[in-house]
Amino acid sequence: MATTTTQTDIQQSIVKQQKAEQRKKLILNLVLLALLLLAPAVFYPVFLMKILCFALFAVALNLLLGYTGLLSFGHAAFLAAGSYTTGYLLSSFPGLTTEMGIVVGTVASLVLGLGFGLVAIRRQGIYFAMITLALAQLVYFFFVQAPFTGGEDGMHGVPRGYLLGMVDLNDNTAMYYFVLAVFLAGYLLVQRIVGSPFGQVLKAIKQNEPRAVSLGYNVDRYKLMAFVLSAGLAGLAGSVKTVVFQLASLNDAHWHMSGEVILMTLLGGTGTLLGPVVGAGFVVTLEYQLSQGPLGDWVDPILGAIFVLTVLAFRSGIVGEIQNFMRKNLS
Amino acid sequence: MTEILGVPVAVLSGQLMLGIINGSFYALLSLGLAVIFGLLKIINFAHGAMYMLGAMCTVLMFDVFGINYWVALFLAPVVVGCFGIVLEYFLLRRIAGQDHIYSLLLTFGIALILQGLLTNIYGVSGLRYSMPEMFRGGMNLGFMFLPYYRAWVIVAALLVCFGTWFMIEKTRLGSYLRAGTEDSQLMQGFGINVPLLISLTYGFGVMLAAFAGALAAPIYSVSPVMGSNILIVVFAVVVIGGMGSIAGAVITGLMMGVVEGFTKVFYPEGSAAVIFLVMVVVLLIRPSGLFGKEA
Repeated sequence: MATTTTQTDIQQSIVKQQKAEQRKKLILNLVLLALLLLAPAVFYPVFLMKILCFALFAVALNLLLGYTGLLSFGHAAFLAAGSYTTGYLLSSFPGLTTEMGIVVGTVASLVLGLGFGLVAIRRQGIYFAMITLALAQLVYFFFVQAPFTGGEDGMHGVPRGYLLGMVDLNDNTAMYYFVLAVFLAGYLLVQRIVGSPFGQVLKAIKQNEPRAVSLGYNVDRYKLMAFVLSAGLAGLAGSVKTVVFQLASLNDAHWHMSGEVILMTLLGGTGTLLGPVVGAGFVVTLEYQLSQGPLGDWVDPILGAIFVLTVLAFRSGIVGEIQNFMRKNLS
Repeated sequence: MTEILGVPVAVLSGQLMLGIINGSFYALLSLGLAVIFGLLKIINFAHGAMYMLGAMCTVLMFDVFGINYWVALFLAPVVVGCFGIVLEYFLLRRIAGQDHIYSLLLTFGIALILQGLLTNIYGVSGLRYSMPEMFRGGMNLGFMFLPYYRAWVIVAALLVCFGTWFMIEKTRLGSYLRAGTEDSQLMQGFGINVPLLISLTYGFGVMLAAFAGALAAPIYSVSPVMGSNILIVVFAVVVIGGMGSIAGAVITGLMMGVVEGFTKVFYPEGSAAVIFLVMVVVLLIRPSGLFGKEA
């Protein structure tokens, strides 16, 4: 009898601990939300929107890299697919409301993601990375030559238009809260996915793929689902980015962009929810600060050096390291 | 003038020629990638940067020290190879036991640093390297004109590829390398200095890339960004061929160069994309690649 009581005691204390942890997380999230809501009072809204777009992009990549263990080196293709589709629609069809342009852009990326996924998941590990990179290069060539993209110049003057035909998005404050809402929706979606039974299977695949197969999961289908979801979210980020900057350009499709979003995710912390957001904030701010100063030409070598340092010294990333530290010292 | 499929023979054979030359570079680069992958199990994302360094070294050696082409063709790969060994010893070795994704990201970071630094110093427009005197001109084969230097590129690339194949398949050092690919722990148990072997292998793979760069200096525009685009093509070549065999890497490289050359004749818009399309088709039909062994 005595042992059973201790067992229930332990179970109860575990439940209590979990509840306390959840409460802590909730408070942290609420504080962050309040900061994001108040941020435009202090910072330039367009700058904040840039961070939010890239944060969503990195969150999308993290679903794949951090939770499924697949390194995609071609995510720029999805960003660009969303970006160009939305840019084209909003420029060519003035009657279209902004959110319709964004929805169609996201769907375009989903479809492209399905195509990529079907090909790429046939190989694993570093081959997967090389294949996604090569496929993204194919998409890049397409965007260079396609008649509607404006080639090297890109697509300029994309109208921001009206949200639901009512809210004027040319106002930066309105635009900011719209971008924030989209970002939060994407973030919460990923949070929900990661916590769901589906997300648990993804994590199982990351930890040990053969074991997941032997447990009877159709691993390829799960990978494909994760890939398509990630591609769609990346496309959403691209679509919104186009509306914010009224511009779709080849930079979005270049392999450099794929590398940058990996850096954001890795630096912030792969496999943590907040990590990619922190990483995106850090990288965008750094690039902005560097471009203002005398080191404007040194962005690439500095990003490269951060890459090397992160891989060598702190692979868990900023958020990951903080979590490790708290786990060690505060509990 | 005779025609095949409505295209003059001279045009066709000219593009075939260019295709074989591009293919020679693909072969050299994918060979280096395969050699490094064999023992280190990493994909060297800095391979394009090493190719670029080889070409830049050749140009700078001539501009600054007046070192002639033949010496540079030997010296540039050695210098870059030593640099590769330093990188392996101080950086790559530290993450040897980790997920292979990290080594890929590390070498990507190194590539960004090298490319960025050199872009700041020399700009992206590129440097000029004058063709060595003895290679000026060419000969008329009757159906096409063959510049001497292009003939030399093909001969040199094939010789180096064959030499590498011979060294790996037929010599004692090569047998160590192949044994290390199978089971490096067991090899260490037999008293072979595996860490040294790994350093040398990485250095050698990098040397192959730098040799390709030195070979490319007189015919391609030499710039800090010359490595990144060709690297992505070479990745596709590697996926097509699979990393199973040395000969496979070389054959696939040449083949893809030819395919690209022919596409330039019949459908110029698609020439940049055709290798990637071939990759997709191969992945759908035979996911392990044409010469690949692993699933």
